[in-house]
Parts: sequence; structure tokens; C-alpha cells
Amino acid sequence: MEAAHAHAPGHDDHAHHPSGIMRWIQTTNHKDIGTLYLWFSFTMFMVGGVLALMLRVELFQPGLQVWRPEFFNQLTTMHGLIMVFGAIMPAFVGFANWQIPLMIGAPDMAFARMNNWSFWLLPPAALLLVISFFVPGGATAAGWTIYAPLSTQMGPGMDLAIFALHIMGASSIMGSINIVTTILNMRAPGMTLMKMPLFVWTWLITAYLLIAVMPVLAGAITMILTDRHFGTNFFNAAGGGDPVMFQHIFWFFGHPEVYILILPAFGIVSQIIPTFARKPLFGYVSMVYATSSIAILSFIVWAHHMFTTGMPATAQLFFMYATMLIAVPTGVKVFNWIATMWKGSMTFETPMLFSIGFVFVFSMGGFTGLVLAITPVDIQLQDTYYVVAHFHYVLVAGSLFAIFAGAYYWLPKWTGHMYNEVLGKWHFWLSMVFFNITFFPMHFTGLAGMPRRVPDYALQFADFNMISTVGAFGFGLAQLVFLWAVLKCISGGEKAAAQAWEGAEGLEWTVPSPAPYHTFETPPAVK
Amino acid sequence: MTSKLARSFAAVMALLATGIAGANQYNLQPPQSIIAREIYDLHSLIMWIILAIFVVVFGAMTYSIIAHRKSAGHKAEQFHENTTVEIVWTVIPFIILIGMAYPATKTVVSMKDTSNPDITIKATGYQWKWGYDYLQEGVSFYSSLATPRDQIDGGNAEGRKNNPNYLLEVDNPVVVPVGKKVRIITTANDVIHSWWVPALGIKQDAIPGFVRDTWFKVDKAGTYRGQCAELCGKDHGFMPIVVEAVEPEKYAAWVKDQQAKMAKAAVADDPAKSWSLADLKARGEKVYAANCVACHQATGMGVPGAFPALSGSKIVIGPKTDQIAMVLNGKAGTAMQSFKHLNDVEIAAVSTYLRNNWNNNSGEAVTPADVKALRK
Repeated sequence: MEAAHAHAPGHDDHAHHPSGIMRWIQTTNHKDIGTLYLWFSFTMFMVGGVLALMLRVELFQPGLQVWRPEFFNQLTTMHGLIMVFGAIMPAFVGFANWQIPLMIGAPDMAFARMNNWSFWLLPPAALLLVISFFVPGGATAAGWTIYAPLSTQMGPGMDLAIFALHIMGASSIMGSINIVTTILNMRAPGMTLMKMPLFVWTWLITAYLLIAVMPVLAGAITMILTDRHFGTNFFNAAGGGDPVMFQHIFWFFGHPEVYILILPAFGIVSQIIPTFARKPLFGYVSMVYATSSIAILSFIVWAHHMFTTGMPATAQLFFMYATMLIAVPTGVKVFNWIATMWKGSMTFETPMLFSIGFVFVFSMGGFTGLVLAITPVDIQLQDTYYVVAHFHYVLVAGSLFAIFAGAYYWLPKWTGHMYNEVLGKWHFWLSMVFFNITFFPMHFTGLAGMPRRVPDYALQFADFNMISTVGAFGFGLAQLVFLWAVLKCISGGEKAAAQAWEGAEGLEWTVPSPAPYHTFETPPAVK
Repeated sequence: MTSKLARSFAAVMALLATGIAGANQYNLQPPQSIIAREIYDLHSLIMWIILAIFVVVFGAMTYSIIAHRKSAGHKAEQFHENTTVEIVWTVIPFIILIGMAYPATKTVVSMKDTSNPDITIKATGYQWKWGYDYLQEGVSFYSSLATPRDQIDGGNAEGRKNNPNYLLEVDNPVVVPVGKKVRIITTANDVIHSWWVPALGIKQDAIPGFVRDTWFKVDKAGTYRGQCAELCGKDHGFMPIVVEAVEPEKYAAWVKDQQAKMAKAAVADDPAKSWSLADLKARGEKVYAANCVACHQATGMGVPGAFPALSGSKIVIGPKTDQIAMVLNGKAGTAMQSFKHLNDVEIAAVSTYLRNNWNNNSGEAVTPADVKALRK
């Protein structure tokens, strides 16, 4: 910033920064970094989406038409890794960067330089993942779960993926420390914990989850790395190791991870529904407790991903009961959202549409989650398309729809313009319809016995796979509408007021739109 | 949940339209064992509960969306807390969950009871086929995909269309007697696989170096098809499982037949016999087709970047001991697994075949004695 002063004398004191590319490389401003995260995430969303469409092309009809099986497995693996670590997680961190300081009345994030570093670690990691397609043997094809010992068989693409995961994990941990510190220390005077907006609460809890489990993933993948290259036998039974131990460690990370991917979405939806219902969030306190319970329970359910590995009946029962328990706080959240809508005065702008869509479709993913929690039923459905349907209902219709909802909701604050409502509505309805065309039939194919992660399938699954592929292309193309809407909103449009939405409440709506480069340099007073 | 709604609706429509067969596309396969039936009923029960919850919860939401909209002139009330309501909608789901957990617990307990089996079969996962050992009967065989490659690769799309068991057929099915408790022990040779037959309600991971078990008892004679359910590499989608359930008398006859076949094969594969290069090569071609061709390809050229070519390979035409050691022990950290489980004649034959096929013209034979000397 010292250099910036020299280069840009005479600028308005509120927006001095280098121009051009150096502005983005050097920036320590939470709004710039939030923007970087969001664009990075959108780019990776497109990359992961193209991989998904490549998968669906092969699955359009039975037989191998387009890809060899080994390349197909690379596609499924990289689609998963890129969407989870490259698209969804960075998107939520982008929201956190933009919104948390604005919502708690802080001037910036606590560790501004580390914030820059957290972001700039991501592009090299993404590059490693993409480059891995071009090394001998191609990208890792062991699934995003990289189960040993399959992952020890892979070529150098696996090593690149491991390095990428390490880097992204480091980025996540730094980002989380930053978020926790900011929330705990930099709230405006008068903003007690129980007055924080729910989005801030969900991110506080998510950040703790990340700090707790990202090192676990780092440990697991490091053990894979040493098994691969340095003669260790952590997961090699012939050397006294245990392949199932990898799964225990991975899912001890992996289950909290899926809540990391959904809790901030809960937060976004909890901001939006009260705004457009023009009515305060119902059961704020129980929402906070429900979020915390989900986070705590997420640490004791990991082995429900492993019911078919063969564990004692007592273990199967424990993990079944614990998993079923998660339905209680999740149900409380859904009931609270509906109670918030109840007797409100609702309007249905795009953020509200995506939020209601979220509640509806995410709940379906929740219901199938309950089905999968029942151990004997899970035995039938484990590793089938039913599971694929389930986690896309919670991750696409859940996390992704909430991300869209949040983007439309805060775009006026970020750009100073209202987005085009017609485009937004088209985006919502196309996404909603094509999402269901893509993923709903997967419940049927899974129930009827189609395994996941296969490039080819028996003839009785042909019709539904064809429908899914058509839906997938529709869904993919619908996302271009989103890009169009965002670009249009950045380049112009109706001027947004400071309080862009009639029913919106919170500190972020007290600053002008677009939010000035520096906000809350003197903390606001919260009653 | 809507999933259930639409599924029930679709199932009813399909039933009306095409009879019972059509309904299977929308639900679990018709159960053919006690456990599969319990699972089927559990799933139906839970789906009905979910359907009820769905109707209540989203009925309320839909009503609210219609009635409480600004355009309908509804004024927002400002209530935002009610402890009683919160307690009610915490306790009621809890009670519903207990109602689901009770029958599920019973099924878990009976699923795990593998005691007192009538027959025990060990299923071993290989990349990419299954091996079966009937422990008491001494019957052993491999079971590989029987669908012709040209149907898969598109050379024979017509054949694929007319093949009702496309990708679900094997050369040697597992034969079991109806009404007997069959215990399946699973393990694997390389990576984790999973032995899954939906109609029998069992799926059990096969883990290298470890042994797991499960059981089933087939209700009625028939052929039940499943697939490997754990990603195990390139041909994960191409290692099906076929269980043929027959009457006990037929089963006994099948066992006798298999034992006779194995005795004959043991004579044919007698390592003491003098093997000519041509004999070894002919035997080796079969071994290659059963074990090696999936990766190294019929051309011996492998798949560049993933699986090395054998034609012109330095290891193949180098010293015999190196070649045999590679086949016997595999190469750590790659998909080249150990083939120790093949007998000396098979390894000698396939090694000979490799040394004298494609561009490899060593003119040398590897004898069973060479192999035996290198076994650790």
C-alpha cells in the first residue's frame, strides 16, 4: 500500500490502489479479494461443468462411444475435485470476504495480507489439477475420494492432485483463521454474538470445521504420497497397513467437509428469506443452535459412508443412529425458514426464487439422505446413482442455488446496479427445471441397480441416462444466462439504492451501493 | 421425497402401462432373499413416512407462497419466536426417527448374522474379474465378463441392442442351491472391489489383505445379476457378478462336474509333463486373454501413458528371471499386480507366449521349472 500511495497521488482517499493487473495481485482489500474468489470460483465451475458434460456425453447411450474407460474415470475424479475444492468452497469464501466485514461493521478482514495469500494460492493449485490431465497416464482416476490402494496405483497425475489439495487446504485454513479472528474481534460495538447476522454465524461455525478437518485431509493425502513414493505401508495390507483406515481418515475429513459446503448456504438463505418475506427470521436462536448441532454431529457420523466395508453390527448401529439424528436440527432449519415465510408479505425476486428453490430441492436431498442413513437400505444404494442423485441435490440444488441466490442478492451492493430481473428469472427457472431433469432420474437408475463411476451400463438404464444427459446440457447452458446477467449488471443497469431491497436489514445496507472501497473505518454503533 | 411422490406415481403409471416388469425401473429390484425383502420393505416404509412429511411441510410452504404474498395484499406480521413450536418440531421428528430406527436395527442384526452357513464361498476381486473358491467343495474358478468386446466398443451396436444381459453376463457364474444359507467371504488381490447382487440384498466390499463376510439365502431358482460396486480402476464397469440359484440336486451335480473338470485341468497343467514351445504358447495365449489383455491389449501395445506395451518390451525379451519376477510379483505402485495366484504352468505359458508373439521373437520357452525356482 505504501507503493500505492506513490503511484496514485491525489486519488480520493477512499480508493487508492495500483491500477491494472497489479491492483489484483497486490490487493489486501476484502472486497477485491472477495471478487477474485468469486471469479475464480466461477471459472472453476465452468471447467468442472465442462468435465461433467464430457461425462454425460459418454453416458448418453450404452456402449463406449467417446472416451476410453480410463479417461472417463479421470473425468469423474476431476469433476468432483474441481467442483468441491475449486468451485463451491472458494465461492463461499468469496461471500465471506465481501460480506462478513460489511455485515459486522469491520473495516476489513483481520489479516489483510494473509487474505491476499489465501486467494493467490488457489490459481496455482487449480493449474496443477488442470495440468495433471497432460502428464503421462493423465489425471488421477481414483475418484475424488482417492481411496487407497487404487490411488497408490495412479500415475504422476495423482501426485499433482495431492499437491493441489495440500495447497488448497493451506488456503482454506488461512482463510478460516482470518474469518474466525475477524468475527470474534472486529465486530462493531454493540454487536453481540447473538446479534450477528446468521450468515456470519454459519461462517464462524464453518471456519472452525475447516480448521479442524483440513489438516486431517492433509495427513491422509500425505500418507498416500509416502505410500506411493517412500515405501511406507500405511494403507498396504501386504506391509501391515490397512486400506480401510484410509477411508476412516478420509471421511473424518469428508463428512464435516460436506457441511462446510452447506452451512454457509444455510446462512445465505437465512439472510434472503426474511428480506423478501418482510418479516424477521423465525427462531434465530434455534437456528444458531441447530447449525452448531449439525457441526458437532458431523464429527461422529463419518462411517456412514463406509457401511459396506464390513464393520461390526454395533458400529453400523451407532453410525446409523448418529446420522439419523442430523435430520432433527436440519428439519428445525427448514421449519424455521417456512415459519419465516408464514404470514409474511412475500415478493419473488430472483434471490427469493433461488432461496425457495433451495429449501424445496435441498429438502429432497435431505430426505434421500435420511433414506441412505438407514444402514440396510444404504447397503443396497451405496455406490449407486441414488447416491449421485442425493449429493447433487444437496450440493447443486443446495450449495450452488444458495450461491446464486446470494450473488443476485448482493450484486446491487457489489456493483451499484440492479441486475436484470428477467434474466435472473430465466436463469432460475431453467436451472430448476434442467436440474431436476438431470438428477431426478438418477434416483430411479440407482434404485434399479446402476453402479456409479461406470462409463457404460446395462440396457435397462438407457432411457433415464439419455434424459439425464439432455438435462445436463440444458443445465450447463442455463449457467451462461447467469454469466450474461452478471456481466450486464457490472456494466450498467438501474442504479441501486444503499438499501437495495425493501425488506433488507443489516449493516451492509447502510453503506452506499456500490460499497465504497473502504467502509466502516469508524465503527458503526449497533443498538 | 418428491422423489417418492413422482416415483409412486410413475410406478403406478408404469404398472398400468406395461405390467409389473415396468415398475422395476423405478424401484429396488424385486427381492429374492429374506434380507433383500426386509430392505425393500424398510425402504417402502421410509418412503411413505417421507411422503407424509413432504405433503405437510411443503403443503404449508405452498399455501404460504400463495396466500402470504405482497401482490395479494398480505401484510407482514412481525412474530419471530415461539419456544413451544420449536420444541414441538424438534420432538416430533425425533419420535418419527425412533419409529424408523427400530425395524432398521432388527435388519442390521440379522444381516450381520453369518453363523452356521450351509455353504461358504470365497469371492476374490481382481482387476477386473472375480475369482471364486467353494471352500468345502474345493471348486475354484474365475468369472469374467462374457459380453463380446465389439458390442461394447461399438463395432457391433446391433448385437448390443439385442443382448438383454449386456454387461451383466459372465463366462462362469456362481452356482448356489436354493434355500440354503450361503456365506460369502470377500477379499481382493489388488484394490478394493465390492461384491453386489441387488436382488439378494447384499453388497460387501472386497478388501485386499482383509477378509469380510456376508450371507444370503435365495428364495427361488433363477439367475441374479450384479456388478462390482467400488471404483477399482479402468474396467470397474466391466466385472459383473452372476449368481445362478438351482435346486439342491442340480447343485450337487454341478459340484461333481466342476470337480471332475478341475481334476482334468490339473492333469492338463501338469508341470512335470514335458512342454513344447508350441504347447506353452498355445496355453499362454489363453492365459493372456484371461488376465492381461484388459490393460496390455490384444495388440500387445498397451495404452500409451497408462499401460506399457509388451511388444518390444525390454523386460519381456530380457532375462527370463526378470520377466517371470515381474509376472509373479507385479510392480509396486502401479496397476501391474502380482499374478502369484496363477499356477507354474500358466505363468510359464504366458511368459513364453509374450516372448514369442508380436515383435518378440526370442524363440525361447519359459518352463514351469523356471517359474517354480523363482517363487518365494
